[in-house]
Amino acid sequence: MRASFSQGVAATYADSQRAMASDISRSRREFLRLALGATTASSAMFGYGTGSTVTPQRNPKVIVVTFGGGARDEETFMPDGQENIPHLMGELIPQSTFYTQVVNRGILGHYVATASLATGAYETFNNFAAVPPTNPTVFEYFRKDLKRPANDVWVVAPSNGFNRIGESGNRNFGPGFGANVVLPKRLLAAALSPGGSALYEHLLRDNYETPLYAPELSGSGLSLHDIAELLKISVADFTAHARSLSSPDELSVFIARQLMKQLAPSLLWVTLHDIDVAHSGSYSLYLEAIKRSDRLCADLWNAVGSNPEYAGRTSMFIMPDFGRDSDEAAGGNGFQHHRTGDALSRTTWMMALGAGIRQNFVVDRAVETTDLVPTLGARLRFSTGQSQGKPLVELV
Amino acid sequence: MATVALRPSDLQPKDFAGYPPEAQRLASNQIDLLRHLPLAFLPLLLREVIGFDWKFPAEQDELTHQFQYLRGLTTGQFEGEMQPFRALRLSPELAAVDWVNAPAQFSEQLSAHLWATHQIEAFRSASVDYVHKLNLARTPKLPGLPRLTMVVLGQGVTNNNYRLFRKLRLHGTYFSNVEAGNGITVLMDAVTARARKLPQSFAHWYVDGGASAPLPADVSNVSYQALDPIRKSLVNKMRQTMQPGGGGPEALRTMMAALSPEQIGFPSGADNQALSRFQVSLLTEGSGTQLFSTTFVQWAAREVLRRAQPLTLLTCYAPRQREESMQEMLSGAPHQTILDPQGSLIDADMGAYYTWINGQRLPGAAGASFIAWFEGGREAVAVGPAFARGHQDSKATSLADLISRVT
Repeated sequence: MRASFSQGVAATYADSQRAMASDISRSRREFLRLALGATTASSAMFGYGTGSTVTPQRNPKVIVVTFGGGARDEETFMPDGQENIPHLMGELIPQSTFYTQVVNRGILGHYVATASLATGAYETFNNFAAVPPTNPTVFEYFRKDLKRPANDVWVVAPSNGFNRIGESGNRNFGPGFGANVVLPKRLLAAALSPGGSALYEHLLRDNYETPLYAPELSGSGLSLHDIAELLKISVADFTAHARSLSSPDELSVFIARQLMKQLAPSLLWVTLHDIDVAHSGSYSLYLEAIKRSDRLCADLWNAVGSNPEYAGRTSMFIMPDFGRDSDEAAGGNGFQHHRTGDALSRTTWMMALGAGIRQNFVVDRAVETTDLVPTLGARLRFSTGQSQGKPLVELV
Repeated sequence: MATVALRPSDLQPKDFAGYPPEAQRLASNQIDLLRHLPLAFLPLLLREVIGFDWKFPAEQDELTHQFQYLRGLTTGQFEGEMQPFRALRLSPELAAVDWVNAPAQFSEQLSAHLWATHQIEAFRSASVDYVHKLNLARTPKLPGLPRLTMVVLGQGVTNNNYRLFRKLRLHGTYFSNVEAGNGITVLMDAVTARARKLPQSFAHWYVDGGASAPLPADVSNVSYQALDPIRKSLVNKMRQTMQPGGGGPEALRTMMAALSPEQIGFPSGADNQALSRFQVSLLTEGSGTQLFSTTFVQWAAREVLRRAQPLTLLTCYAPRQREESMQEMLSGAPHQTILDPQGSLIDADMGAYYTWINGQRLPGAAGASFIAWFEGGREAVAVGPAFARGHQDSKATSLADLISRVT
């Protein structure tokens, strides 16, 4: 939010934040009832659920997918938005426990918000600074407590600005317990011939909020050749495959699938970012990105089902890091940004599906984005002592 | 030597020496009031004051009213209004910013500080409450003519499957059988007629995402194509600042806030500084306005409505450049601009809805009319007293007929 009181913001903010958030949740619930009730023919929705409760899995695996560029209800779960998320609606939500009201009370910038998701604590650093999270990350908790090797935890992140997300600056954990972080755009830049990057400016654009910003990389990072070796794919094949893709997120999911195939990490975190093209103000590109994210989530879930290392023992969590401004917020410009801090921009959703998770189950109560990490800790039996959230009882 | 932070109570007239003449006069005249404002409030007000010389008449009226409002409060009321701002905890670093001469930069840093210290909600609540009271204290100045906004979209689209005007239909009448005739000319004529009927500075506007059609001098005109060389010059400056070693986003904001029209290619000593500076602001404050013509038109319409409060606004969308796919980028083919008419239509459909929302925030909104027309087809939507809400009309009608109902 820009600190300004001169734009006539009062008129549209009569409702309290709590009442608005409750309305948002109710809208999602009503939509899910209408859209899914007929096709699932399940009388158990909205409170009872079907499927299993949590039972310990042998060698459980977790995949977390975040959208680093929030999507609003209007373009997703509301009637006009249904056409944009056919895979989520038709395939994934019926298999999931769905939280309709996930509130982010932190800073609404994508890196700092994703870092907060990964630490379970609201981080307060400058969103555009290349700094590590202050609090321990879920990757460090997981590896340290369960004594897991480095290759068991991977992050696929959208932009150079996310380079430090794998390991916190907390002295009790780092260095040495963080996740491997892959920055697909960085790999692609390295694969291009010298001087060729000017041609790929769009593809290599680091983020959409400051489109010409190219932060300098810091911290240790895996080189293109390290990754090529690990993923058993040549640089030439990697570049050739990139030619067949239509967006940076497709490249991220390609990398994630290669990681699953070659290394089968137990904890894999993928942050998609195409949706943030909304900052350019183009509504059609924003809608296209939502459709792409919807398809990529289904792709990833299908990859789980077809990979023996993952099938039957994997839980997947999907959530945007936060929402975007409402059309009515006078201080903003609708879908384009997430600056007002209004209820719509702070409220998002989460779905969890897979091994030991109830299907067709909707949770209406408000939870927070910081609840994810303690929930993962409770499910996988590791401590998340410095996180601020609480385990979600429906998932543990 | 350590810098001593200036406190509001220490303000002197000489502190405003760097302000343009009218702004300097205004600040000096109000200095006794300014000295009593809290630091979380004062620079935001000065951000408005420093640009006073180049503001549109409606903005100058609003700022004048704001000072009258603050002066009209009793001591108790004044303290009550300012208390929530005084209660915000600011850092010494913020206090040390040159908030008199660089209030925009202070505002950016204040935003970051409020977010980081979880005070943004308190600030927002205080701001909303303040603006609400400020607005209540003012008798709305009704427009001399009922406002009229017209949006033209869909240039280059011949076959559309997107359900147009999906959000606007609820608020007015959707026409599915519109005979355009010489559509653009009909709308231009309406603008011209209204400008002649009630000629006022910055009261009648025409924004185009392509090249402008000629209109009388008393219609303020902004066009994406006319700004093309200026846009490119600006993007080059932005690119230099954002490259490694160039300073990053903070430096970019500082650089953008300080740009004058001459620095990015406007002729020096231009007759109409208010319009030149407005156009600079569209490119420096709008996100995506430098890249996409559809974003430019939507943002320009928003800013015209918010700042100039026009009686008449005509906006025409043109196809924006297409976002290149990864495949295209990797092909290494020579870069060429390819247009995306269908995507632009969807952009413009949402842009039209936002333009209507922004128009609803102005005085006299109940009597205002709004028409959006798909120039590639036979669809239009009209909102206002002359049109039923949530109604569909499939009878043959003409664009000229729709215009005649609102003028």
